[in-house]
Amino acid sequence: MLRYALLRLLGAIPTLLLVIVLAFLMVHAAPGGPFDDERMLSPDIEANIARAYHLDEPLPAQFVRYLSGVLKGDLGPSYRYRDHTVSELIANAFPLSLKLGAMAMLLALLIGIAAGSFAALRRNSAVDRLTMAFSMTGISVPVFVIAPLLVLLFAVKLHWLPAGWSGNEGIARFVLPVISLALPQIAYIAKLTRASMIDVLSSNFVRTARGQGLGAYAVIRYHALKPAMLPILSYMGPAIAAILTGSVVVEEVFGIPGLGQFFVRGALNRDYTLVLGIVIFYATLIVLLNLVVDILYGVIDPRIRQR
Amino acid sequence: MLRDMISFRFVLLVALGLALVSCDKPVDSGAEVATLHRGLSVEPESVDPHKSRSVQAAEVLRDIGEGLLSYSAAGELVGGVANEWTVAENGLTYTFYLRDDARWSNGDAVTAEDFAFSFRRLVDPGTAAFYAQMLSSIVNVRAIVAGEKPPQDLGVNAVDERTLVITLDQPTPYLLSLLTHPSTFPVHRGSITQHGKSFARPGNLISNGAYKLDAWQPGSVLMLSRNEHYWNNDETAIDAVNHHVLTQEMTELNRYRAGEIHITGSVPPDSFKQLRSERPAELHIAPYLAVYYYGFNLTKAPFKDNRQLRAALSMAIDRDVLVEQITGRGEAPAYSWVPPGVDNYEPRRLAYADKSQDERNAHARRLMHEAGYGPDNPLQIELRYNTSDTQQRMALAIQAMWKDALGVQTTLINEEFQVLLANMQAREITQVFRSSWTGDYNDAHTFLSIMESGNPANLPGYASAEYDSLMQRAAGQVDLDRRRLWLEEAERVLLADHAVIPLYFYVSKHLVSPDVVGWGDNVLDYHYSQHLSLVPAGATP
Repeated sequence: MLRYALLRLLGAIPTLLLVIVLAFLMVHAAPGGPFDDERMLSPDIEANIARAYHLDEPLPAQFVRYLSGVLKGDLGPSYRYRDHTVSELIANAFPLSLKLGAMAMLLALLIGIAAGSFAALRRNSAVDRLTMAFSMTGISVPVFVIAPLLVLLFAVKLHWLPAGWSGNEGIARFVLPVISLALPQIAYIAKLTRASMIDVLSSNFVRTARGQGLGAYAVIRYHALKPAMLPILSYMGPAIAAILTGSVVVEEVFGIPGLGQFFVRGALNRDYTLVLGIVIFYATLIVLLNLVVDILYGVIDPRIRQR
Repeated sequence: MLRDMISFRFVLLVALGLALVSCDKPVDSGAEVATLHRGLSVEPESVDPHKSRSVQAAEVLRDIGEGLLSYSAAGELVGGVANEWTVAENGLTYTFYLRDDARWSNGDAVTAEDFAFSFRRLVDPGTAAFYAQMLSSIVNVRAIVAGEKPPQDLGVNAVDERTLVITLDQPTPYLLSLLTHPSTFPVHRGSITQHGKSFARPGNLISNGAYKLDAWQPGSVLMLSRNEHYWNNDETAIDAVNHHVLTQEMTELNRYRAGEIHITGSVPPDSFKQLRSERPAELHIAPYLAVYYYGFNLTKAPFKDNRQLRAALSMAIDRDVLVEQITGRGEAPAYSWVPPGVDNYEPRRLAYADKSQDERNAHARRLMHEAGYGPDNPLQIELRYNTSDTQQRMALAIQAMWKDALGVQTTLINEEFQVLLANMQAREITQVFRSSWTGDYNDAHTFLSIMESGNPANLPGYASAEYDSLMQRAAGQVDLDRRRLWLEEAERVLLADHAVIPLYFYVSKHLVSPDVVGWGDNVLDYHYSQHLSLVPAGATP
């Protein structure tokens, strides 16, 4: 088992290296540099800045310098946020993105599955139609419309909740961002659940269970729910990826310092180290998660271990 | 399937755990502290005065630091750390006398040597400061920045604890206003020795302004509190200032409407009309020292050595339409290069400024004809601008004006900002491009100097011996009135050459809550938090 894990870990190293090389080449291939601005600098100052940030070295030398830093766990200083290191920015931003995303996903699963199941049980009723109408709206109206509307209603008009992030306190400031993030997911999960639940409810084993006199609740709880969840589970894969990368739109609308915002701004500002750092972080995370899952597969299914 | 199952449970568990622990601590400690909430449209790069660059960083730095001079609430140049100064008759030696009670936030006295050290650090090539040549007229600045002389050779000398002498190569009448710029603020020597590069981080940073930096959450907020040791602390009303990083104008506006922000850094164009009728007293629009312009690439055909063509394109643009229909936030149409409102200066105007648009168009058509273009041989050009709604609408309007008036076929090319910058600098493929220039100090020199040949910000590649020599003459002039005449003459030459098309002058745009007292509009758009106060006392929005 240990050997298997170690082998897999070794196998991940070339993947990560490739990611780093490609990302490094891509950020440097983009036109412009991190210190370009409408206020052009004099050649002397430009040269001093290039020297201070080692941008005057040939690209291979820069790469070696960068890689040796990364191997020591140092992602370097951010070019744009000059008082902060990249590691520090990621360490600040990621937990926030994760927290928001996880809360939104939890909310979406609870409400989405409940609403979908309910609609499936009352198929073609008014409740069903209402749920599905809501669902279609939720899927088709983009977050950048929903979020500002929520702010206008609950923060600007009613003053129930804060409109933004910084300077506000406690759980209240999570409410609107989490709802904005969750709404489209709720809609999608409700729709998926309904369709899949209808499918399962009309299958033979459910009819048998009902025929044996089991009540609707028991049938759903013990027989139908699990198989009906399969499409949701498949959907969770990309949804979790979306959580991890953070929702740029929601972060922008509420001014939340999450990782998605830093990634996008880093790319626009040509903040080489920040972009590379976040790419490496994501890549490592995904490789590690896959590894964990594969190891768990091995734990559960001995056939995989033996291969 | 199994994999899905595992990640599903994993997420549920994580989510539950997080939901339980996610009760954050409040940011504000209590209502009894008068806290001012300001919006910043761009995150400061740094609070090290020598590593920062943006207007927004300067805004924060003006709260936490102070230079030899400063501006009063009314926008007048006043003493900062220095309370007296003398200028030698030849205009080359400035002597500053520092006030006795100037203190760092840890209680240390601010000394003349602190300034000498900071000025040397500013120009030291190892510091790699963006504004290293801000004080370029001080003896040896250029040579030090170029690495040809050691920083010790800088013409700045601490005679004693309280006396600083600055020696210049050439008279610089605007030197005093330069000394209000954050790049000339002192840095605390002891903490640089102790913390090295991380001296400017919250907790380490020792500053000499009305406030000190308590915390900085990147991407979110910079939190400042009163510097008890500040010499003018008794006159400082507001106890704490939060500079919120709000890059989206709509987000900022919503937060303002919700009462979470007192002063916005900007105003969204789309909400402008509504705000003007809804909250006229809170909307502050004031002339600002910045010009929006279209530049020609003067190093390549068709614009190289083709003054008539440039003049024709410049004339055919109806600037009133641009500022009324497109920018629409009170901007002034630009017929000069230097904005109005600059001290001791009267901007020259384009020769056609007083004519009607019809007359201008007729004149422009004649010029186009003389330049060899007409219906059979229409001019085809490319116009580059950075990707943004406003830039696009501006470009579309100008494309239509050129087409209607002159039959010019303009191809619009929008580029990401960094790409546009690279192209403008290279001057290889650009023809007409959009850019802007913001004054660094209140003097016409900050606008006119960038058009000297060889200036890195001279994007069109304008090179006129006459212009350069006029600028040289102005530079050597101690007499302010004569200097002014040379500068105005230089502007006249620049405008007559049509090296650029000035389109409009920017305005500063803020929403200021009725709770804020002491706000004054000014051309530099400087608003020190220490000059403001909040009513009713202690009321947090």
